[in-house]
Amino acid sequence: MSKDIYVVVEQRDGVIAKVGRELIGEATKLAADLGQKVYAVLIGDAVRDKAQSLIEYGADGVVCVQDPILKEYVTEPYAKALTAVIRDRDPEIVLYGATSIGRDLAPRVASRIHTGLTADCTKLDIDPESKLLLMTRPAFGGNIMATILCKVYRPQMATVRPGVMKQLERDASRKGEIEEFKVAFEPSDMNVVIREVIKEEHKKTDITEAKILVSGGRGIGTPDYFNTLRELADVLGGEVSSSRANVDAGWIEKDRQVGQTGKTVRPSLYLACGISGAIQHVAGMEGAECVIAINKNDTAPIFDVSDLGIVGDVKVIVPKLIEAAKKYKAANA
Amino acid sequence: MKIVVCIKQVPDTNEVKLDPVTNTLIREGVPSIINHDDKSGIEAALRLRDEAGGTVTVLCMGPPQADTALREALAMGCDEAILISGREFGGSDTWATAAIISAALKKIGYDVVITGRQAIDGDTAQVGPQIAETIGVPQVSYVEELRAEGEKLVVRRQFEDRRHIIEVKPPCLLTALSELAAPRYMHVGGIVDAYQKDIRILGFDDLKDDLNPDFIGLKGSPTNVVKSFTKQAKGAGTILADVGADEAVAAIIRKMEEKHII
Ligand SMILES: Cc1cc2nc3c(=O)[nH]c(=O)nc-3n(C[C@H](O)[C@H](O)[C@H](O)COP(=O)(O)OP(=O)(O)OC[C@H]3O[C@@H](n4cnc5c(N)ncnc54)[C@H](O)[C@@H]3O)c2cc1C
Repeated sequence: MSKDIYVVVEQRDGVIAKVGRELIGEATKLAADLGQKVYAVLIGDAVRDKAQSLIEYGADGVVCVQDPILKEYVTEPYAKALTAVIRDRDPEIVLYGATSIGRDLAPRVASRIHTGLTADCTKLDIDPESKLLLMTRPAFGGNIMATILCKVYRPQMATVRPGVMKQLERDASRKGEIEEFKVAFEPSDMNVVIREVIKEEHKKTDITEAKILVSGGRGIGTPDYFNTLRELADVLGGEVSSSRANVDAGWIEKDRQVGQTGKTVRPSLYLACGISGAIQHVAGMEGAECVIAINKNDTAPIFDVSDLGIVGDVKVIVPKLIEAAKKYKAANA
Repeated sequence: MKIVVCIKQVPDTNEVKLDPVTNTLIREGVPSIINHDDKSGIEAALRLRDEAGGTVTVLCMGPPQADTALREALAMGCDEAILISGREFGGSDTWATAAIISAALKKIGYDVVITGRQAIDGDTAQVGPQIAETIGVPQVSYVEELRAEGEKLVVRRQFEDRRHIIEVKPPCLLTALSELAAPRYMHVGGIVDAYQKDIRILGFDDLKDDLNPDFIGLKGSPTNVVKSFTKQAKGAGTILADVGADEAVAAIIRKMEEKHII
């Protein structure tokens, strides 16, 4: 019988993606409701030394598939490895990060083993009666939410957006089993040729990892006003993000975009400057612990999701806020 | 080279509004469009054909009204259009949709299959890879650049932190990002021609050799939507209007202090 929750943990160059730890954290809750265990599946080249950390973040065990063919992500070798693990272990649930790798791998595997897959979930629960996985996700550009079930086929599979779930505190005393799972690869499994890998230069902190986000909307008026927002972010120790309007206008890079078609963030503070609060934007930031909004229109929907709303002009408030924050820091240093 | 582009007709989600009373989607009067990523896929296919030779077939699964999406694709310059339509197909999830489209692909033949990365109504990005698996060809998703090099295709594939330049031999499937190719406009002559061409229709009977009726439609789909609802907004906090800037700034600092942010 199918049992246990398997989290497919993504790594690139041996660095574990945060979403993997977030999913392990979430899986421990679901597993408690089911009375089952959480296993991480770690696929790559020489990645076994990363396995212990996954146990410390909540996994009961780790299944490791290692091979030089798995150095860079290519669909077929990864699909073969994961399919072998799933066929052997028969999990109840398999979770993936909804990243460009997870969203390439998961559907391929779902078709191969003939089971259901729900994309981009923002909420997972176990139905108390049927014990089925309730997978909730936005649809129609964030206008509605849908809850989806996979009743008959196993495993029940979902991809989950990075930043939505919370990772557990690391506990170095946790113990678990690390198993190496052998897969016999053939040269023909590499059915495409990677000619070149172009890595992007190391970026500023990714906005999904930032504790404080100073976010600019169309209301900041000009592209160079992002410099002022950056100054505020620097004082507060945060990063700058944006609504889609400014990204579309070419004022800031796409990787700074928060929302339905951008990134999901859950910082301690989200400071929304001149952002109206469209439903697609809110979809990406409503998990923030504290939202403070500055907007000159007192009916802007961003105020509906704000802990504190200031009806006023960004251009007047933000410079004063920079000064006040500097003073506060100096006084409390 | 036979290039087949799979497209979806979608409601323009920019125009989708909620009924404030019933909290349901108002679909009436919402214009239907060709999904953006798919349209970029059509353009890329046309350029590939013009560069490497061959034909472009456009394939759409949907109700009879999807005819307009196919005519638009013909007007852009596609050579042939096929509509997959039938009551048996309604309610299919991504697994079942991929099974149906794959059956059609087997019937018509292909060298290169191009789908959009994802559709704006469902946003799943699953159907492309699921077709690739079902027909048993390599996939390259998130394609942002494409050219032919002899027998091979050379594509640039996007990840969050890197790009791969990949060589792949047909038969294969690519999923197109909107950035791949900015779609051309239809020209008037093209529109006239598009309405004179026949659109071939494939129904269940045409595909039944490659389709298990138990695995398609609402009943045969592994996943089912059990509930849909509109989001509950988180309760609003304090809103300060008509206060001076200094007072507003002081309130922000207090809030940050209270939350241990500063
Ligand atoms: C399918 C789909 C996906 C989408 N995905 C996203 C997404 O991922 N992320 C996203 O952000 N959007 C997304 N959008 C777009 C979204 O619907 C909005 O258009 C967008 O968020 C608006 O950006 P904005 O708030 O910056 O601009 P606007 O809506 O134009 O708001 C500007 C605000 O600034 C205020 N303002 C103006 N001047 C000042 C001033 N001097 N001081 C203070 N306030 C001022 C105005 O009162 C207004 O509220 C998506 C849309 C669709 C259809």
